[in-house]
Amino acid sequence: MNSSIYGWHLPPNVSAHGAAIDQLIHVVHWFMIALFIGWGIFLLYTLIRFRERPGRTASYESAKSKLPKLVEISVVLFEVFLLIGLSIPIWSKVKNEFPPAADSLVVRVVAQQFVWNIHYPGPDRLFGKSDPSLISDSNALGIDWNDPNAKDDIASINQFHFPVNKPVIVYLSSKDVIHSFAIPVLRVKQDAIPGMRIPVWFEAVQTGQFEIACAQLCGVGHTLMKGYVSIDTPEEFENWVKEQEAAKNL
Amino acid sequence: MSHSEHQSFWQKYIFSVDHKVIGCQYALTGLVFLFFGFCLMMLMRWQLAFPGEPLPVIGGLFSDTTMPGGVMLPEFYNSLGAMHGTIMVFLGVVPLAVGGFGNYLVPLQIGAPDMAFPKLNAASYWCYFVGGVVMFASFFVPGGAANSGWTSYPPLSDIATMGQTFWLFGMVALITSSLLGSVNFIVTIVHLRARGLSFFRLPFFVWAQFVTSFLLLLAFPPLEVAGVLQLMDRLAGSSFFLPSGLVISGTPLGVSGGGSPLLWQHLFWFLAHPEVYVLILPAIGIVTEIIVNNTRKPLYGYKTMVYSVLFLGFMSFVVWAHHMFMTGMGTTMSNFFQATTMIISIPSVVILTVLILTLWGGSIRFTVPMHFALAFLPMFAIGGLTGLPLGLTASDIPLHDTYYVIGHFHYVVAPGTLLALFGGVYYWYPKVTGRMMNEKLGKIHFWGSFLCLNGIFMPMFIQGLAGVSRRLYMPTVYAHAEAVQGTNVFMSYSAWILGLVQLIFIFNFFRSLKKGKKVESDNPWQATTLEWATPTPPPHGNFLQEPEVYRGPYEYSPPGRTEDFWPQNEEK
Ligand code: HEM
Ligand SMILES: [Cu+2]
Ligand SMILES: [Cu+2]
Repeated sequence: MNSSIYGWHLPPNVSAHGAAIDQLIHVVHWFMIALFIGWGIFLLYTLIRFRERPGRTASYESAKSKLPKLVEISVVLFEVFLLIGLSIPIWSKVKNEFPPAADSLVVRVVAQQFVWNIHYPGPDRLFGKSDPSLISDSNALGIDWNDPNAKDDIASINQFHFPVNKPVIVYLSSKDVIHSFAIPVLRVKQDAIPGMRIPVWFEAVQTGQFEIACAQLCGVGHTLMKGYVSIDTPEEFENWVKEQEAAKNL
Repeated sequence: MSHSEHQSFWQKYIFSVDHKVIGCQYALTGLVFLFFGFCLMMLMRWQLAFPGEPLPVIGGLFSDTTMPGGVMLPEFYNSLGAMHGTIMVFLGVVPLAVGGFGNYLVPLQIGAPDMAFPKLNAASYWCYFVGGVVMFASFFVPGGAANSGWTSYPPLSDIATMGQTFWLFGMVALITSSLLGSVNFIVTIVHLRARGLSFFRLPFFVWAQFVTSFLLLLAFPPLEVAGVLQLMDRLAGSSFFLPSGLVISGTPLGVSGGGSPLLWQHLFWFLAHPEVYVLILPAIGIVTEIIVNNTRKPLYGYKTMVYSVLFLGFMSFVVWAHHMFMTGMGTTMSNFFQATTMIISIPSVVILTVLILTLWGGSIRFTVPMHFALAFLPMFAIGGLTGLPLGLTASDIPLHDTYYVIGHFHYVVAPGTLLALFGGVYYWYPKVTGRMMNEKLGKIHFWGSFLCLNGIFMPMFIQGLAGVSRRLYMPTVYAHAEAVQGTNVFMSYSAWILGLVQLIFIFNFFRSLKKGKKVESDNPWQATTLEWATPTPPPHGNFLQEPEVYRGPYEYSPPGRTEDFWPQNEEK
């Protein structure tokens, strides 16, 4: 993993939807900076000009100018634009417009203190049954390996491989406490909440190795709950799947 | 009215029912807890700047269950974080801002002899005190103090060590205290105003406390209920917040299940969002008083300010779920909450504009309190502006639960509220003690605090944009965090210097009690509001004769008068 890609800025973006989010962040920050500097200059000017001096008295009358109203109204209008023009459309796309499952890689991610379990359904696209009573040290997901649908399933710990340029749908859940599934370079973050199964989707546009972080305090090992994503070429991904299948049947 | 001569020390200073004594008790206890909460943070800042290295000198004082060999354990780090948040919010700022300033000043500013229910007032302080003792004691129980964050999200908090039970009992006591206090404030403001003091003649500080009291009254009961439910989950085997099928470290949890972890979050944030305004409104009130007094000019838009805080108070009840955008809520919900969040930013913009425009045309005195009040404006602006990318759901995705959030709300509550509260201490100190605090030390305290606070919190935005999660015991684990680790070192030095600078304040505070310059009149700042119409310090019962009010609170520099201020109670 190349760590020099990180620094005093947003992490690089490798997802299809991330560019729009980054753009929103940039727009908001330029707006904030402009407003702050404008206010700041006005404040400093006022403080200097109206400092207490011998022979000057304060005026009882208030400043009469339309300018403040105009500034307030333009702030409001700009916020409306940010909301309706940028934020709501981006959010709706990310949260509502899921790609068809048939064209996507669908996986389950089950968080637990303090690892990420990833469950691939295999070529049959069907997840084998899983049951909490089957959970053991070697079977963290509690998969029923006797279920025919489970024959080609793969369970992976902290290693999340998926192909580039193909949508990935993750069904996120948790076995114990609340965690948060965060992949900074993909602009993905979603709480993993026990008792809920929450879908997330994204599509990577660039290959590489990156980190999964847990973004919600989940106990004493919270900092160490680090996973890895590996965004592979389709061939690399095929090979990885084959390796995992082979390892499973040993 | 004054029978204080016959009272023993205990009756007079400890179990007093005089709002001023209770106010001072609140303020001093609050200041002590603020410093304590800050010390917890200074410890954490060692771990953040130099992860895993033993803390020199002080490190040796800690037990093996917290910092063996001076190296902080992650469970202790988590306790420190959770307790820092809890202590700062519930034991530091609110007691100082509402219990301290509110108690001392509201009856004086409305011309009342005391609060409406003096005994309830004392009961409120003692509930707070009990809550504080319970929270403090929790550091010494097995497993240490609560360690699930100040938000105490279940299931983590449901299965946490004993400290969490203490936290819950402490919270129940603190909430009870706030409820008793808020009822008292509301009745006092409605019923005990002096003759002639209509609502629209109230000093703005009183309005701020009035709205704050409603927030406390309406928002706290849901959290009290939630706290009791979590206690049941922990002690009585219920599962209000525990869904079925939980497996903790490989073993199924033996509870009936069927509960919802999100229920807690809704109840918690239904309180905790309005709570943010409880932290900020009294500060805005204080800043308004100081700015108007030092500008020698009426407030630019008194009614605009009043309507803005009323609107702010109301809206603060319909934005809570913007803390929960990442919990998987549907788009209808999230669009509603991001829209309300944008709307609530408007009154804040209006309030800032009013305060800045008040300065225009004034004759500005740069006193020590004025330094603090003026600094509040840009700090509050940064805090408010950085709320925008968090309130917009799309940009919240990468920023949620990162240091960006920590930077955002600290700009509101630390450089914002804390500076305002310090300003308030300098401003009303002469009323309470009859002496001024030293001006030179005050200015050193101001500049030191102002620079260090920015040195701590500004880099948090960089960390947050770089993607660094909050509540990280070992930040260097992640590559994107390692890349900004230098900022952590800088922030920690700023925090420790900030600690040293506070010693100047503490020294000044106590030395001025004996050595400070005596005030020459009861009204050293030449102010207009009623608290300055009392003797200094005000006796039990406050006013020598019942005051009557003839005009609005901020008649500064009215035309045709020789003096540049016209007190509310002066007939001519
Ligand atoms: C002035 C000095 C202060 C410093 C240096 C400071 C620093 C910090 C830092 C670095 C964190 C993040 C800890 C972590 O993520 O592990 C934090 C958390 C927090 N702080 Fe402060 N803070 C200060 C004052 C305040 C004040 C005045 C308040 C409230 C009124 C406050 C409320 C909180 C809360 C609620 C949290 C979140 C705790 C949690 O994660 O559960 N802080 N503070
Ligand atoms: Cu986790
Ligand atoms: Cu975690």
